[in-house]
Amino acid sequence: MERKVVISTDKLTKRFGHFTAVNEITFEVFEGEIFGFLGANGAGKTTAMRMLCGLSIPTSGNASIAGFDVYKQTEKIKRNIGYMSQKFSLYEDLTVLENVRFFGGIYGMSNQQIKSKSEELISVLGLEKEAKKLVKSLPLGWKQKLAFSVAIFHEPKIVFLDEPTGGVDPVTRRQFWDLIYAASDRGITVFVTTHYMDEAEYCNRISMMVDGDIADLDTPAALKQKYKAGNMDEVFYELARGAKRKGD
Amino acid sequence: MSDVILNSITRTYNKGEITAVNDVSFSVEKGELFGLIGPDGAGKTSVFRILTTLLLPDSGTASVNGFDVVKDYRAIRKQVGYMPGKFSLYQDLTVEENLTFFATVFNTTIKENYELIRDIYVQLEPFKTRRAGKLSGGMKQKLALCCALIHRPTVLFLDEPTTGVDTVSRKEFWEMLKRLKKQGITILVSTPYMDEAMLCERIALIQNGKILTIDTPEKIVAQYPGKLYAVKSDNMSRLLHDIREFDGISSCNSFGEYHHIGFRDDNEGEHKKLLNYLNLKNHQNIEFEITTPTVEDCFINLMH
Repeated sequence: MERKVVISTDKLTKRFGHFTAVNEITFEVFEGEIFGFLGANGAGKTTAMRMLCGLSIPTSGNASIAGFDVYKQTEKIKRNIGYMSQKFSLYEDLTVLENVRFFGGIYGMSNQQIKSKSEELISVLGLEKEAKKLVKSLPLGWKQKLAFSVAIFHEPKIVFLDEPTGGVDPVTRRQFWDLIYAASDRGITVFVTTHYMDEAEYCNRISMMVDGDIADLDTPAALKQKYKAGNMDEVFYELARGAKRKGD
Repeated sequence: MSDVILNSITRTYNKGEITAVNDVSFSVEKGELFGLIGPDGAGKTSVFRILTTLLLPDSGTASVNGFDVVKDYRAIRKQVGYMPGKFSLYQDLTVEENLTFFATVFNTTIKENYELIRDIYVQLEPFKTRRAGKLSGGMKQKLALCCALIHRPTVLFLDEPTTGVDTVSRKEFWEMLKRLKKQGITILVSTPYMDEAMLCERIALIQNGKILTIDTPEKIVAQYPGKLYAVKSDNMSRLLHDIREFDGISSCNSFGEYHHIGFRDDNEGEHKKLLNYLNLKNHQNIEFEITTPTVEDCFINLMH
């Protein structure tokens, strides 16, 4: 079966003055894939992700996100992706339902769609009692799960997750990954960064960025075999310890 | 002798609505590297702020170096080093200016205690004229550690120093802590990363303001009730659901490449039953073996 490509980049590059933050990266991500985007601090992950989300225009190279061009169709890209990070996710001073309605509206969903889907979302997350409470009153783990559900509320083709589970307790962290699996089963592509190396194992494929390059890209099993490593932590260490940039 | 002692410390917020620290007692020995391990919201920062005299407890007592955190706050402030979780140096001052500032506040000079920070500071030196706000995460962390050390504290409080830092920098940071420990400094460090627990001499696991357990990481792992098994197959997502639906299972959680499972009645008959069941469910390349629990397994077990 031919797999559908939803992200493809060709020598994608971003320079800031004389500094090459992202250096000719070329890779593909498939529909429904859980793709782990790893790298040391300062390796260029954030810059690369910003280009893929249509937030930063590349210096050179090409990329197509959900079929749209990163130079000319950035608005279309934004409509067809979801985004969530540990730092920004939801409006704390709005209730659970208000957040859902707000983001649904931003993505151009009809009131009817928003109404029926938000009921479904609340019941899947078991948040019936909390629906009318302010988001800031929820425990962190719930917020993160809700933020993810909101990020895929408009059924985007791809969802970008930037360290979604930082600081979350071990049980909630696993429940979060259950949500990721479920989204992937529905065909949503999940593009995720994390500092937890056990989570790298949950990805279908991993890319490792070092000093602006993709130093390697493969399945966790293949990478472990290649670097004769017992776990992904060792693979990461092997690839990143030679890094010259420490985010400076 | 203990350097840090907490006795039934409780702290609430919002007029008692939220209990951030709930009857917490533990002590840290002189020269010990002690880890407070727990997720965000567990109460770690409140504990640190009480011990560094920045927050008053509602009840209970605590002392650092024999000084009471309420009465003797001035004496404590002179003797401890504190690196808050949030970067709190002056963003508009350079690396060198920040360090000089903190040395001056504590009535000392960089020169006097250079030996203590040398290992760390040499990595910062190429950027000493750069403003602190323009440093990378890893460099900010190193500068904050230098500033916390510049007055040669006897006790060092590090609140989540490795959060958001990559594996390589985290390893380097823990190497630095080991070297500081050799100099006789008592270190209390918090982290949400369970794998870092193994690098501490003793740890307290904390959740919802309550201490779950305190011991050496080795003993905590040894106290895990029952045996734990690692299982994998070609479809890990489906495997997780299938195992959870199997009757004799007491716990099943994903752990990287494997799922860790425990049996209600742990015997070979049950193991065979499970393997037969998974074969019937068409799982391919099933692996099943006994495994050693990690601190995270213990944490999950204690959370229930």
